[in-house]
Amino acid sequence: MELPVISNNAPAAEGGGCSSSGCGTAPDALSHLPNHIRAKVQDHPCYSEEAHHYFARMHVAVAPACNIQCNYCNRKYDCSNESRPGVVSELLTPDQAIKKVLAVAAEIPQMTVLGIAGPGDPLANPGRTFETFEQLSARAPDIKLCVSTNGLTLPQYVDEIAKHNIDHVTITINCVDPEVGAKIYPWIFWENKRIFGIEGARILIEQQQKGLQMLTDRGILVKVNSVLIPGVNDEHLKEVSKIVKEKGAFLHNVMPLIAEAEHGTYYGIMEQPEPTPEMLQDLQDACAGDMAMMRHCRQCRADAVGLLGEDRGDEFTLDKIDVMDVDYEAAMVRRKVVHDEILEKLDAQRGIVKPKASGIPEGSRPVLMAVAGKNGVVAEHFGHAKEFLIYEASPEGVRFISHRKTELYCGGMDACGDGDMVDAGATESLLDRNIRVLEGCEVVLCSKVGYEPWAKLEAAGIAPNGEHAMEPIEDAVMAVYKEIAATGKLLPAVDSKKVA
Amino acid sequence: MALQITESCVNCWACVDVCPNDAIYEDKPHFLIDDGKCTECLGDHADPQCAAICPIEMAIVNELGEFLNPPGSLTGIPIEKLKEFGLWKDAA
Repeated sequence: MELPVISNNAPAAEGGGCSSSGCGTAPDALSHLPNHIRAKVQDHPCYSEEAHHYFARMHVAVAPACNIQCNYCNRKYDCSNESRPGVVSELLTPDQAIKKVLAVAAEIPQMTVLGIAGPGDPLANPGRTFETFEQLSARAPDIKLCVSTNGLTLPQYVDEIAKHNIDHVTITINCVDPEVGAKIYPWIFWENKRIFGIEGARILIEQQQKGLQMLTDRGILVKVNSVLIPGVNDEHLKEVSKIVKEKGAFLHNVMPLIAEAEHGTYYGIMEQPEPTPEMLQDLQDACAGDMAMMRHCRQCRADAVGLLGEDRGDEFTLDKIDVMDVDYEAAMVRRKVVHDEILEKLDAQRGIVKPKASGIPEGSRPVLMAVAGKNGVVAEHFGHAKEFLIYEASPEGVRFISHRKTELYCGGMDACGDGDMVDAGATESLLDRNIRVLEGCEVVLCSKVGYEPWAKLEAAGIAPNGEHAMEPIEDAVMAVYKEIAATGKLLPAVDSKKVA
Repeated sequence: MALQITESCVNCWACVDVCPNDAIYEDKPHFLIDDGKCTECLGDHADPQCAAICPIEMAIVNELGEFLNPPGSLTGIPIEKLKEFGLWKDAA
């Protein structure tokens, strides 16, 4: 069965978007799916950009073992202060995992999705992974089950995946060429042997592609994750995108490599560069011609809990859930009410017409703007934003591009924004770092900006704007774009010397 | 003859699942090999399975204390770099 591939190049000027969700043109992308598939993803935060503002997910870390080595991964994964894939605080047995899922689902009714994503490879832990799924599908039938895998043993578990009603699978596919693969995967464990280099990569790629085809043949939704590694697979990912689309994957999520020396990974220690936000965006745009691209991924931990971009794992540690008394039958009734309310809201938003780029002169250049947003509105103080949402305004309209993480430099207090809670030296460097994160943006929209960051932002060529507090993000971005257009700054300079 | 797990072990369970003799058991601070059960996989597999899947260099040693996966052998990180980052050891 050939799954239709959705596009998020859907005409932005037409209706159907949600101006208050902060999700750009993506809602249009989902509307192209047949109803039975759309129904599967409309409340899945990792698959649907609009859903991720309202529905939450959780991962349970029941799968510690792995059968391959990736150069961006270090198997010493017990750090609690980091947020990235493969990192967890406590491993769970399947029984502990069930207890935790039921506790979270009762406490956070908008949690609709349970994934097993590591910290190793879930399908290299078939016993622990499938026992968890089996118990959960029996006890919490209102929770969607997902699994993510490197794909090495996927073909042998496709039937088991289908049996447990897991209808969302993510495969990490970084390459389709073994020579590229050998630079990413030093070895795999296959048929009782460790196999190094190109031969190992060849087997892995073969199994991934076979597994992908088997899943889509059974109508199971497949998302493909790829890690963008500059100089290793950047150009190659365009081919990957084409091939996985042909095989029926419905969404491609290209994520930036994380390679810090202190993580102790091969790439970190060997100083492999991470991609810049611009490189990531260019590659996502280049692949978008072929299929729907996911741009709202937050690269979360293998034990994350809550909405994307937040982590409430600390509220559900083993000692805490031990004393929670969960009546799941009652919780399911409450959950249903909450889910229906959110879906109704999402339905209503689909009817809202997106802000049009009317009155913008033909040929105006696009402008990137950073937004300190929350729940779809310009809501946050510059110094309190944990991340900025990056939007592009152009004559075609407003579209969501990505998020960029910041580090908090403002601890609150009255004079917030001026950073007087932290010592001067630290304030200085963190503020500068946050401004560097906004590179390429010409405007930053927030509810409020302090004096010190205001001056620094202006000096960096980024116009701070606090005029649109609490307005829907896309309306605010379009309004600012129109203001800039009115000054004539968006048109190519007439002076040929300046153009060159 | 039996293999042993060192303090480098990160308790990832990979070896437990592939051991043909059920010789590996959970313990604190890390997994251990029952030397009464371990055969180094002789007769079952060409390579000892725990050492063939273990992702951590220096975590499995033989009776002579030699690393089955010496520093740099799994990650390909050069020895100078391992030394620079304090990740290099001569022997167990």
